[in-house]
Amino acid sequence: MATKMKSVDAVLVGMGWTGSIMARELTKAGLTVVGLERGANRSPKEDFALPGIRDELKYRLRHQLMLDTATETLTMRHMPNETAAPMRRWGAFPMGDGVGGAGTHWNGVTWRTLPSELVLKTHLTERYGRNAIPADLTIQDFGVTYDELEPHFDRFEKLCGTSGKAGNLKGQFQEGGNPFEGARSDEYPTKPLIMSQAGLIFTEAAKKVGMHPFPTPSSNVSTAYTNPEGQTLGACQYCGHCEYFGCESNSKASPNICLMPVLNADPKFELRANSYVKNLVYDRQAKKVTGVIYINRQTGEEIEQPADMVVLCAYPFNNVSLLLSAGIGVPYDPNSGKGVVGKNFCLQTMSNVQLFVEQEINPFIGTGANPASVDDFQGDNFDHAGLGFFGGGYLYPSMSGGRPIQVRATPPGTPRWGSEWKKATTDWYNHNFAISAHGTSYAWRTNYLDLDPTYKDAIGRPLVRMTFNYSENDRKMSVFLTDRVMEVARAANAKILGNPNPRTGNFDNISGQSSHHTGGAIMGTDPSTSVVNRYLQNWEASNLFVMGGAVFPQNPGYNPTGLLAALAYWSAQAITTQYLKAPGPMMQA
Amino acid sequence: MANKDVPRRDFLKGAGVAVPLAATALAGGLASCAEETTTAAAPAAAPEPMLTLTATEAAFLSACYDTIIPADDLSPSGTDCGLVTYIDRQLAGAWGGGARMYRSGPFLQTKPEYGYQLPLSPREYFAAGIAATNAWTTKTYGKEFDRLEPTQRAEALTQMEQGKAEFAGIESKIFFDAVLQSAMEGFFADPIYGGNRNKASWRMVGYPGLPATWAAKAEEYRGKKVSIEPQSIADFS
Ligand SMILES: Cc1cc2nc3c(=O)[nH]c(=O)nc-3n(C[C@H](O)[C@H](O)[C@H](O)COP(=O)(O)OP(=O)(O)OC[C@H]3O[C@@H](n4cnc5c(N)ncnc54)[C@H](O)[C@@H]3O)c2cc1C
Repeated sequence: MATKMKSVDAVLVGMGWTGSIMARELTKAGLTVVGLERGANRSPKEDFALPGIRDELKYRLRHQLMLDTATETLTMRHMPNETAAPMRRWGAFPMGDGVGGAGTHWNGVTWRTLPSELVLKTHLTERYGRNAIPADLTIQDFGVTYDELEPHFDRFEKLCGTSGKAGNLKGQFQEGGNPFEGARSDEYPTKPLIMSQAGLIFTEAAKKVGMHPFPTPSSNVSTAYTNPEGQTLGACQYCGHCEYFGCESNSKASPNICLMPVLNADPKFELRANSYVKNLVYDRQAKKVTGVIYINRQTGEEIEQPADMVVLCAYPFNNVSLLLSAGIGVPYDPNSGKGVVGKNFCLQTMSNVQLFVEQEINPFIGTGANPASVDDFQGDNFDHAGLGFFGGGYLYPSMSGGRPIQVRATPPGTPRWGSEWKKATTDWYNHNFAISAHGTSYAWRTNYLDLDPTYKDAIGRPLVRMTFNYSENDRKMSVFLTDRVMEVARAANAKILGNPNPRTGNFDNISGQSSHHTGGAIMGTDPSTSVVNRYLQNWEASNLFVMGGAVFPQNPGYNPTGLLAALAYWSAQAITTQYLKAPGPMMQA
Repeated sequence: MANKDVPRRDFLKGAGVAVPLAATALAGGLASCAEETTTAAAPAAAPEPMLTLTATEAAFLSACYDTIIPADDLSPSGTDCGLVTYIDRQLAGAWGGGARMYRSGPFLQTKPEYGYQLPLSPREYFAAGIAATNAWTTKTYGKEFDRLEPTQRAEALTQMEQGKAEFAGIESKIFFDAVLQSAMEGFFADPIYGGNRNKASWRMVGYPGLPATWAAKAEEYRGKKVSIEPQSIADFS
């Protein structure tokens, strides 16, 4: 029998970016909030301190800050008719864990999204006709527009102190910014970071071939900055230890430094770390979630936390797992295309080419966010008529640190070991970088999430089964986008070019793919094709809300956090200004 | 086993022998590196104690690492850089024991894209891989791997790398990749783990180590060679 706690106004499952944003907005509105986090608490001062935090082996290769796969992992398979195998160690991507979630060790690349991406199905239908969209390309509209989200993108950038240069200020084109972005109400809070050598080479080459480079928006802040919550970030030190690491100079925005100090001081908020939510308590008759059951991971005790409202902030896999195990919503069936929970799981379609150049690159002087980007071939920024695919992505020089266990490319044909390898490594370590494409992952009928019938996690719950492979659409897109990468690369006067690697092969758990997971609990305006409505409220249980990438109907070609954080603010606004006045569905089915 | 009664060549004594060679090969700029190696090796007339590796395993890995990272004018050999110590500590520790690894069955024989699917922990996997390699070289060359001539070692590793070596039970190509990966980790990781002695690899490529607070210099250093003494975790502790 679970120990029953005193009921609270809201319980949040997961304390990463979306959990901490939600916690802050709800406590500000006067609610009592409990935040349950599976992993440990983390304090930047203790846990991200020098010199130990600059340890490539521990943090990058052994995934010290990440979810332990022995606690929970996924099973994977390419197609619905196969038997899935567990991801025994992280290879394709890791998952976050602990207070701050993946927001602790992200890279800080902070995008909004193109206005057209939010209304994708409508936009493509209008431009190319209904017949242009293949039946298996199960893309949808988000149900919310860029204009509606704009103030929330702005809030997140101000929370983070995001560095960048506006390209479109209130409809006015701005020199040096991204000419393709939606209209912004304000400049970025801090000026762009110092451009690295790789950034300069990329920028010049991209201009040469007629593209429009600009500084990548980055939440590694360029100057000291105090956010509207009163929290101060330091200036980025270009240390090259960003993704997979905590930031010791407090210059990378994270839940830990941007929000947790405020929440920890707020008596309305209670953080419970080491609290692994096992299931939702669902009253099917009343169509209400009455609370959650969790395991205290230090004592093993099973605890019930009742609440008037439950918000799932547990990253796409756990959000979907909790919905499926509670039986809330119809599970997706890839054969009939019916059902919604688990539907439209997407990733990101990445590729790159290595450039070996004359210039000294100094890869170790780097920031998490890559220095520059080009958005000319993003989404539908170019004409897709006759191309045979939809989608696109941004191009960028990827160089976020010269950590030598992993960052030491050699020209094609170099042996992987022996004296010749040593010589090439020595010659090229400081003279190479990659240009990459960060592409869309558009929903495909056979890519989805459900519960694995065989494998269990550390507390006996079924693992989430991920059925995913690169779709025909995304493979063609990747070939096209990689050709654009090559155009820039050829204009960069490299001495040697590596072999480009468009995503034409199978998804695998051996090489790094992307840690941008979306879908499974998608948002929309029709309950037969979505799990939550445009306010991220569950169609069936109106006191249940789902946050994060899980709600994206498909994944735009951008890193997802800017969009999922804006959606959290958008949902919080709807909850605090509408829902709390009259708890119940905010949209009629 | 062919050489059962012959004492296993002690890889650290071997390393001691290698030092003068490495030292002569080392050009002026890397002299400090050679000195360090000499001092490091000097007191170790006795074999370096191993936490988990058997003498056979240590000798095997030493021979692999010296083939993968041979001593030349760029760095001392893998063994002299401490790679056997590195892998011994790793395999004896949590990682070697299978920490941070999902180890529940059933264990499927499935597509290679799904990644590692064996029930073995890294420690067990290395034991199995070393035994399988030695069995294969004994069949092919009449000797265990560490007793092969340098050219034969390189040839044997190439056969494994290309998946042409037929092992019983485990795949030679995948085991080779694991050994190669461990070599790169030991060679390039912070010296606190026992490899990368005297920051040999960091000096080799010009990685300045840590801490790196470049903000004031990011523009000044852009496009210029940065020549500074690399610093490791121990230097700041
Ligand atoms: C290495 C890396 C680099 C990245 N870089 C970028 C980048 O540059 N730009 C970008 O936009 N995005 C980036 N991302 C992605 C970004 O980190 C995520 O999009 C973001 O953190 C998602 O926020 P979230 O709140 O949905 O999930 P998270 O921040 O992951 O938080 C979810 C939390 O829920 C907890 N949880 C899960 N299940 C349970 C349960 N059952 N009970 C209790 N708690 C639970 C988890 O432990 C976790 O702490 C990166 C990710 C990684 C891994």
